[in-house]
Amino acid sequence: MSDTAKISLRDVHKSFGPKKVLQGINLDVGPGESVAIIGGSGTGKSVTLKCVLGLLVPEQGSIKVNGTEMVGASRSTREEMLAHTGMLFQGAALFDSLPVWENVAFGLIEGRGMKRKQARDIAIARLADVGLGAEVANMSPASLSGGMQKRVGLARAIATEPEILFFDEPTTGIDPIMGDVINDLIVKCTRELGACAMTITHDMASARKIADRVAMLYQGKIIWDGPVSEIDNADNPYLQQFVSGDIEGPLDLDLKHL
Amino acid sequence: MDIATGGSIQKADLNKSANATDWPATGEIIIPMPIFAPVGRMFLAFLALVGRVTVFAGRTVGHMVTPPFYFRLIFKQMREIGYFSLPVVAMTTLFAGMVLALQSYSGFSRFSAESAVATVVVISMTRELGPVLAGLMVAGRVGAAIAAEIGTMRVTEQIDALVTLSTNPFKYLVVPRVVAGLVTLPMLVLIGDIIGVLGGYLVGVNKLGFNEGSYIRNTFQYLEQLDVISGLVKAAVFGFLITLMGCYHGYHSRGGAQGVGQATTNAVVSSSILILISNYIVTELFFTR
Repeated sequence: MSDTAKISLRDVHKSFGPKKVLQGINLDVGPGESVAIIGGSGTGKSVTLKCVLGLLVPEQGSIKVNGTEMVGASRSTREEMLAHTGMLFQGAALFDSLPVWENVAFGLIEGRGMKRKQARDIAIARLADVGLGAEVANMSPASLSGGMQKRVGLARAIATEPEILFFDEPTTGIDPIMGDVINDLIVKCTRELGACAMTITHDMASARKIADRVAMLYQGKIIWDGPVSEIDNADNPYLQQFVSGDIEGPLDLDLKHL
Repeated sequence: MDIATGGSIQKADLNKSANATDWPATGEIIIPMPIFAPVGRMFLAFLALVGRVTVFAGRTVGHMVTPPFYFRLIFKQMREIGYFSLPVVAMTTLFAGMVLALQSYSGFSRFSAESAVATVVVISMTRELGPVLAGLMVAGRVGAAIAAEIGTMRVTEQIDALVTLSTNPFKYLVVPRVVAGLVTLPMLVLIGDIIGVLGGYLVGVNKLGFNEGSYIRNTFQYLEQLDVISGLVKAAVFGFLITLMGCYHGYHSRGGAQGVGQATTNAVVSSSILILISNYIVTELFFTR
């Protein structure tokens, strides 16, 4: 798998001081495949994603994107990789100082040197793709609702038509109906682009809808990895407890204060 | 009890630990030196901070001279840092010049040297008060704003978003602000100098009874180019330090709203202290040869 994988992680370790967050992650994401990494809070989902993006540097292991090693890669290699990726942040991370259309067109203007007029037209088309009208284009991100901000963030992620998409908790902080709208948009955009996707979430409804494959992270390791259709029939007690949301079970969650 | 934490150690406790550490049990109460460990820790933390700031400044200067250059952002920051600071700098230097004229008149009249008031006002304004007062006011207004803005961008993942959009945060956020500070502070100080001298003139002519023509003549008679140039050099140094400190503390802020607040405080305090230190250094470089 790793020879053809768009993203390949091998024995990735990452610690913060004495706290070992990732303890040997192995994971592949194939071309056109959508993988969701699930797990409780503090299990290392975001750290895994940030290691792949180069925002954090692992102490050990290998991370290959399109077959190119990213651990210890030069800035130009990393920028080349990032030019083919799109990322939807948990809080959307829209730039407050720019209007909505400039947020969406940011990668086109600054990353690819596109003329502002042309980039604005593309931004408005991408906003339409995520169900937002042209009247939103000149608004400030701060004046949008949480769901609208997520949609603008999604429009920004797909604006450069990337080969790889990353989604960080795409449905967190919004109501279930808007969450479902976001999930549908993610599936639609990913399929239209033919991109592979890596999503981190603890929302099982989102994982079932977005992903072809699910990997469960626990204590810094992938403890289950399989097709989304096999989640309910898997005999992994950790996965079953997480999916069912039971307090009782083998997962050593931070419930001692309850 | 850990010796590093300070406090006293009772004899019983000491005897218990004596076997392990071979400490001599010589007294009823031993008071360790609780001051050295915290002072040492603070000193090492200070040295580490100096190292980090120096590396940050080096990276900033390196990115200032290599493309891409964001001219649109530089001009935007020049407007934010320079143009919008003009009212506060103008007010500060106007009243500083007025007070300086009053105070120097009050002092010099004791030995009949009132005619030196105009010269003292212009030299004080151009050499010291103009750059230092403008620097401190801009540190409060701009340094805090930069730290808060970049700090908020850090804690809301906007800086990470910049990276994922193939944009170097140093070039996009730090360099435009530092270049704008470097360029606009001398402009602000030059305007502040003129307004400060005007303040002295207004008080001298209207309150202290100086002749208009002789006041203006005395103002320029002993003023040298170096007086003005040294003030402008100081302003450029202050502009660099203010924006650098704002960017540094904002860029490294952690922990949500509290972290951003702390970054803002640190930016204003550190840039104010650095203004006063660098003011002495630049003054010594210019005037003690």
